[in-house]
Amino acid sequence: MYDYSDFDDAFVRTRVAQFAGQVARRLDGSLTEEEFRPLRLMNGLYLQLHAYMLRVAIPYGTLNPRQMRQLGLIADRWDKGYGHFTTRQNIQFNWPKLEDVPAILSALADVGMHAIQTSGNCVRNVTADHFAGAAADEIEDPRPVAELLRQWSTDHPEFQFLPRKFKIAITGSPNDRAVTRAHDIGLRMVRDAAGEPGFEVIVGGGLGRTPMIGHKVREFLPKADLLPYVEAILSVYNMLGRRDNKYKARIKITVHETGVEEMTRLIEDRFAQIRPQFGGHDQALLAEIEAAFAPPAFRDAPTGACDAFRAADPVFRAWADTNLALHRNPQYAIVTVSLKAHGETPGDATGDQMRLLADLAERYGHSELRISHEQNVILPHVHKSDLPALHAALAQAGLGTANVGLISDIIACPGMDYCALATARSIPVAQDIARHFDALKLEHDIGPLKIKISGCINACGHHHVGHIGILGLDRAGVESYQITLGGDGSETAVIGERAGPGFACDQILPAIERIITAYLAIRQSPHETFLETFRRTGMGPFKAALYPDEGAQDAA
Amino acid sequence: MKGRFTPKVVTANDLRLGDVVYLTADDRWSRLHREAELIADEAEAQRRLHFAAAQKLTVVGVCLADAKAGPHGPEPVHFREAFRARGPSNYPHGKQADLT
Repeated sequence: MYDYSDFDDAFVRTRVAQFAGQVARRLDGSLTEEEFRPLRLMNGLYLQLHAYMLRVAIPYGTLNPRQMRQLGLIADRWDKGYGHFTTRQNIQFNWPKLEDVPAILSALADVGMHAIQTSGNCVRNVTADHFAGAAADEIEDPRPVAELLRQWSTDHPEFQFLPRKFKIAITGSPNDRAVTRAHDIGLRMVRDAAGEPGFEVIVGGGLGRTPMIGHKVREFLPKADLLPYVEAILSVYNMLGRRDNKYKARIKITVHETGVEEMTRLIEDRFAQIRPQFGGHDQALLAEIEAAFAPPAFRDAPTGACDAFRAADPVFRAWADTNLALHRNPQYAIVTVSLKAHGETPGDATGDQMRLLADLAERYGHSELRISHEQNVILPHVHKSDLPALHAALAQAGLGTANVGLISDIIACPGMDYCALATARSIPVAQDIARHFDALKLEHDIGPLKIKISGCINACGHHHVGHIGILGLDRAGVESYQITLGGDGSETAVIGERAGPGFACDQILPAIERIITAYLAIRQSPHETFLETFRRTGMGPFKAALYPDEGAQDAA
Repeated sequence: MKGRFTPKVVTANDLRLGDVVYLTADDRWSRLHREAELIADEAEAQRRLHFAAAQKLTVVGVCLADAKAGPHGPEPVHFREAFRARGPSNYPHGKQADLT
């Protein structure tokens, strides 16, 4: 993977020194809170409900073991012994003290990490397919392009004061695991007629209070044109994006108000104008970055023992069935380590767990780790012969949960347990659902099902693209939960449909159970997934199950 | 028509720790909701808010929050304030652990 150059290192350390000075000036009164707030946000430091929160970028979700260990050390030394992995492949520390933050940022700089541009109206952490560089279905590893975009967008003078925040996601596979259609820019790698890799460019997707699926503005963009094209999109947005209304400032609204055709024309015009200014330096840099992402030296060894172990051990088999994905090297597997143990907080890992994951990545995983937007940890390159030993080590540390892609593998934002913007809690809802279906031993029978929970309309929990989405709201001083059904964040992305009136906190679990019971009753076979059933039947049977006394229900 | 004024407490976050604090009647910042000054008068609430907001080296995000009288002192009215007064529900962290 990419290691910081001297330039990167000097840039990040200069920023840490600047921020240390800013914190000191805030504490001695030289800076007011009004002056300090934008400075701390530029460095990823928020003030939440109970404490400060530091959001650290994990570019395109990739970590090496040294970085993972350092995150564990930060969790133990300056926080409460854990960190929270987010839906944007970041990690959040929920309890840092203001005066400790410069030391934390310095510890991050020691391992080539930072919290720059994890807040504010700028280009945020570029997210990528968490199986990048390993997936069997991949055309090319998208991370070199993501790293190029990171370098280009970091402190880019033209794009530090965009109308609103800007999120780019990229995948190298036709199967979209990076939710590219719900991003400001989504880049999906495809091949042209000659077999050359390039990108399908999607603009204007997003969730939040106005959820929209992005529009294709280019069927095929040659790789060499990527940077000027992305710059053209940003320039057009920077000019047209609305600064008069924060809620209409995202590019999805710009596209909606301008029209896809006109927006495409403006982007293409701007692209034609700036393309000649890119004299090939970006491509030379990309070639250097690509070399840093060369695949590991894969081992060539027999895998038969793993198959025998799988046949003999039902616990291992259950885990292998849900938590492994196809690697492009048939002797290898992609391992998803679930951070969704039943009843635990989705996406949280303790310092000890982080250190163990770092050790295991070194021992069994060619020293690579990934964080998924689904809040799990990935070991992308594990030789199949190592899987039984890896699983045993994970299970001992509470990391062996066999539920990836199932009903308890829930995305949940921090919600009102931490977030100052939240209107209701998310985490306890996720905990209750996971515990309940685990106790019923039903989740493997239910099969693939994505539940996503957000604690406010900003939709950090991606509820709009959950097969079942749950949105927590404040209705007259009481937590109330709205359900959406049929959402999909993949290459066949769809915004979920609202089922009807919301449910009180103690009624949301029974409501989810009624949906599941209806699904199990009407699916055509155990192979028909929840989403397939919903697409076949529509809302009707689920609505009937959710609101058996339709008419008697209070409108939420 | 003006509704009846709901009693308030002045609350903020501690500048250094980020922890939730409440203004007391004797001008201290307490970490306990029950030690807050319960202000029944609207003009007095504004006066106390201005007094608190001037303490820029101690607190940030000063605001008024609805509260009601309870057996041990003021209690939060809204669930958000109840969480602020207690801590998160997924771990025994924050005030619920630090102050017991």
